[in-house]
Amino acid sequence: MKVIYLDNNATTKVDEAVFEEMRPYLTELYGNPSSMHYFGGQVQKKVDEARKRVASLIGAQPEEIIFTACGTESDNAAIKSALEVFPNRRHVITTRVEHPAVLTFCRGLSKHGYRVTELNVDSKGRLDMDELRASIDENTAVVSVMYANNETGVIFPVEEVGRIVKEKGALFHTDAVQAVGKIPLNMAASSIDMLSLSGHKLHAPKGIGILYVRKGVPFRPFLVGGHQEKSRRAGTENTASIIALGKACELAESHLVDENVRVKGMRDRLESELLRLIPASRINGGGAERLPNTVSIAFEYVEGELILLYLSELGICASSGSACTSGSLEPSHVLRAMGVPFTCAHGSIRFSLSRYTTDDEIDTVIRELPPIIRRGREMSPFGRDLLKG
Amino acid sequence: MWDYTDKVKEHFMNPRNVGDIADADAVGEVGSLACGDALKLFLKLDDAKERIVEAKFQTFGCGSAIASSSALTEMIKGKTLDEALQVTNKEIADFLGGLPEEKMHCSVMGQEALEVAIAKFRGGPVPAHDHGHDHGHGQEQEGEIVCKCFGLTDGFLKKFISQNRLHTAEQVTHFTKAGGACGGCIPKIKELIAEVMGEQQKLAPIKPEKLTNLRKMQLIQEVLENEVRPQLWADGGDLELIDIAGNFVQIAFRKACAGCASSGYTAKFVEQKLRELVADDITVEEVQG
Repeated sequence: MKVIYLDNNATTKVDEAVFEEMRPYLTELYGNPSSMHYFGGQVQKKVDEARKRVASLIGAQPEEIIFTACGTESDNAAIKSALEVFPNRRHVITTRVEHPAVLTFCRGLSKHGYRVTELNVDSKGRLDMDELRASIDENTAVVSVMYANNETGVIFPVEEVGRIVKEKGALFHTDAVQAVGKIPLNMAASSIDMLSLSGHKLHAPKGIGILYVRKGVPFRPFLVGGHQEKSRRAGTENTASIIALGKACELAESHLVDENVRVKGMRDRLESELLRLIPASRINGGGAERLPNTVSIAFEYVEGELILLYLSELGICASSGSACTSGSLEPSHVLRAMGVPFTCAHGSIRFSLSRYTTDDEIDTVIRELPPIIRRGREMSPFGRDLLKG
Repeated sequence: MWDYTDKVKEHFMNPRNVGDIADADAVGEVGSLACGDALKLFLKLDDAKERIVEAKFQTFGCGSAIASSSALTEMIKGKTLDEALQVTNKEIADFLGGLPEEKMHCSVMGQEALEVAIAKFRGGPVPAHDHGHDHGHGQEQEGEIVCKCFGLTDGFLKKFISQNRLHTAEQVTHFTKAGGACGGCIPKIKELIAEVMGEQQKLAPIKPEKLTNLRKMQLIQEVLENEVRPQLWADGGDLELIDIAGNFVQIAFRKACAGCASSGYTAKFVEQKLRELVADDITVEEVQG
């Protein structure tokens, strides 16, 4: 069965060119970049090239890039560093809709004497900036606000957040895992102090990420040991994956326009056609500024896991904000924070496209999904009135 | 991705008996939109209104909720009402070749809807989980509300802990949803588990007079399995029987008990239990292994 992969916010396919770039460094060119011999040294050159490529994508300088193992490590490292830099500041600000890599870490801090503020969002998923202004003070060590939400694609005004954070002398970190490669970023003219990025969201392999730390921003390492990454992240470099990430960033930079024109066009078409064909459906975060590849759409009176299982039988991959898919009993914390009613939250489906997505694939979803929703509603004791009406 | 059996998949892809019965004799409804699952069961009776001749359902829920509803209707068709009431949630799950533990509450919903439908038809007291579109399994049930999020009482939870031999709070959540939202009632759920286990102990076998070696070894194993280990599980611990030589029993602690500072006390507790229920002269020794 042909797979129609529309779950690119979960993970992406490794680009063929990316794999070709990394292959020799898994096989014959296995040297350690820290070695004194030429065999290792030639790998160091490729790592340096990768660092330049990553920096270029986000408008940073190469020495501001620290390679890590994943987005989660970058997030944890950034927040922990800020707390060590400001040992006397005991307040942390984040948002209710953060990825668990930030949210779980911050919630854990409250057990260690930190006050943690979780900023609210409105019904469109937009950040409450007044709450940020009201809660930040001289005791705030770090503010961690995601660049764009993984479930809804809603983009936060991070530059404005950064300016507010600066006024109080705190550090500003942003989890940009979903944003990098999808929208243009320029650290050269930014109020962001630290930024996390994950390779597998932009067609590099899993297990590689970066933490951007602005030059001049104090940093305390999360992993200590060897002198790798200028002693900011110990541990032998994951050379092949670093080189892959460099190539993936180069490709992402060249596809940015495509992402915002062609991919966005397909997303918009999918969205408007589903809304047109399926009654009692709505876009989560509709009306807010969103990533070009993401749509979270709620179908009332039908449960999300069932929709995913029926889609999966047709080879269509998506994800859901439903409680049943996660093993927990509450629907997605993001949708709940937005005040999405239970009737919609349980039936929310996220489609996330990539540059590999084709018009044919979008046509297939537009054709197959309406009967699936109809079938689910026919089985449901609540959806029948809707079908009659 | 859930590890659903082929039978579960077959039943959510091609559910049996979906729909309603216009002139149904009995209708039972449980769950709500807010909970994320709800089931409405329709029964048509005959043989002078004692036998289920037709069963249909409407379900809002995930794949396993649909499959459990489908299985239930297949299982009860042709049964008398009394026979149908004997169907347990475990049998519904078994019919489907098993459900992931996190999804057991789906099979519970089927059993509840059936109880409600039959009670309503018979005009007797309706079980507490009859609440139409408004959640609260236990609102009318005897006892105190334990789980405020899902409205479940201690009486309701104790019934499930006892019937399904649940020994951790996590399992109780998987079967009943209690504790699955805010988690505030988890300490209370642990107390209920301990209470139910305490009651089960009172029913424990009375110490026999004289034992053959073989019978003694069997008894020691039974006591460890049924009386001792469930109590350790409740605290996240466990033990393994290593050897039995006459009255000398060697055990090794596992999980939270392994390396626990109070494992000495736990070993004494094990010894006490075995002396109480098997023979007065048993000695327990903790070994590494």
